[in-house]
Amino acid sequence: MSLSALVLHKNDNVATAVRPLENGGKVAVEIEDGVVDIEVLQPVPFGHKFALRDIKAGERIIKYGETIGQATEGIRKGEHVHLHNVEGLRGRGDRP
Amino acid sequence: MNFMGYRRKNGRIGTRNHVLVFPTVICATSVAEMISRAVPGTISVTHPHGCGHLGREKELIVRAMANFCAHPNVAGVLLVGLGCELITPELIAGEIAGEGQRFEILSIQDEGGTTATVERGKTLAEGLLEQAATARREPVDVSGLIVGTKCGGSDTLSGLTANPAVGNAADRLIAAGGTVILTETPELIGAEDVLCRRAADEGIAARIREITAATEAISQKAGVDIRSSEPSPGNKEGGLTTLEEKSLGAVLKGGTSTVRQVVDYAGKPSEKGLIIMDSPAHDAVCNTGMIAAGAQVIVFTTGRGTPLGAPTAPVLKISSNSGIYRRMTENIDINAGDILDGKESINSIGELIFNEIIEVASGKLTKAEVLGHREFAIHSLGLNV
Repeated sequence: MSLSALVLHKNDNVATAVRPLENGGKVAVEIEDGVVDIEVLQPVPFGHKFALRDIKAGERIIKYGETIGQATEGIRKGEHVHLHNVEGLRGRGDRP
Repeated sequence: MNFMGYRRKNGRIGTRNHVLVFPTVICATSVAEMISRAVPGTISVTHPHGCGHLGREKELIVRAMANFCAHPNVAGVLLVGLGCELITPELIAGEIAGEGQRFEILSIQDEGGTTATVERGKTLAEGLLEQAATARREPVDVSGLIVGTKCGGSDTLSGLTANPAVGNAADRLIAAGGTVILTETPELIGAEDVLCRRAADEGIAARIREITAATEAISQKAGVDIRSSEPSPGNKEGGLTTLEEKSLGAVLKGGTSTVRQVVDYAGKPSEKGLIIMDSPAHDAVCNTGMIAAGAQVIVFTTGRGTPLGAPTAPVLKISSNSGIYRRMTENIDINAGDILDGKESINSIGELIFNEIIEVASGKLTKAEVLGHREFAIHSLGLNV
């Protein structure tokens, strides 16, 4: 079995691509007790993340069932999730 | 369960039998290298320390040097100094004498320069080599093993394949009575809840939060987003977006056991089981600190690929994906990328890593050892003048 993307915890709102998804398109994603199809909207490189559902600006990004940061803008289901639309919440010496 | 190790007179167990030529100050590093090159079978290290350290920093560097030199993988150590430094061979010798470590000391100013010191050093190092040659491996219980864990050049796959597989091996070793060290404090930031839920008591949980808060305060004092450095540029290219994400993947290396103790950088644990050592993220600084803490084997996961080794302990390299394994096969011992291809599972690679730890502890050379990788670095607090 060769997977396209993995989800690590049932509460996660992102999946990790385990092969390059160059053209986006429909991808089978394995979640805890089943497989769902997600329409990936843009190229997602190997090892990068995409959204499993629509995420609002300011909403937490969840991976491993834990908070890894928050959305800096609205992210649509199937969009690439990375530095351009997520910020970390820890070690923010740049903020007052 | 046994492995074949060196039982030292003080009861500590070694997995290697090195003779180390160790400069206690930067001014003696070239002389130490010249001695080591002249006496095949010995090794030396270089570092920029030994003078100008204040207070806590002096304590830290003395502790790291002494614990590194007294390590059971070192059969004997030749300590080389200049003569006017803060951290002298006599100071380190005083620290390690109580441990029963075999040592010789040498000072460049006393000997009268480079050539005379190298000549005298050759004789002393040859004497230590002769004594080391009498040591024999014998069966010892795996509960005597301390395995350090580290990830470097991570990608998002590290947290999906290599790190959980190392965690699986860590759980196996701890179940057999052994010890595993988890380190790299910046990569505990964001994963405190996961670790504190597994802390043996409230004091340990409080200590975990204390060391991550102190590390987080460094970026706050500097007025920068910690992401300007962590995750590293290569981590980000590999798909890691935030430090919290990197941390949650990184702590999987420690497995699922109870956290028994938190130790300072290069500090020796008094407990067995899962131990956290406070350290900055720097790969070689972490490895050196874990070896000083007593680790006789390091297991190192990588997604982007790294050749890193250590002077006195084997470093076993695990790749997170098959692409980097193919590109850097000469540097990587085990590929956890097969988990993604469905050919292997976290459990089966975990078992493979555990068995390889036993083999390596018993004398099998890792690829980093075969290639001669001996990177060495000690943490510095910046308290120097």
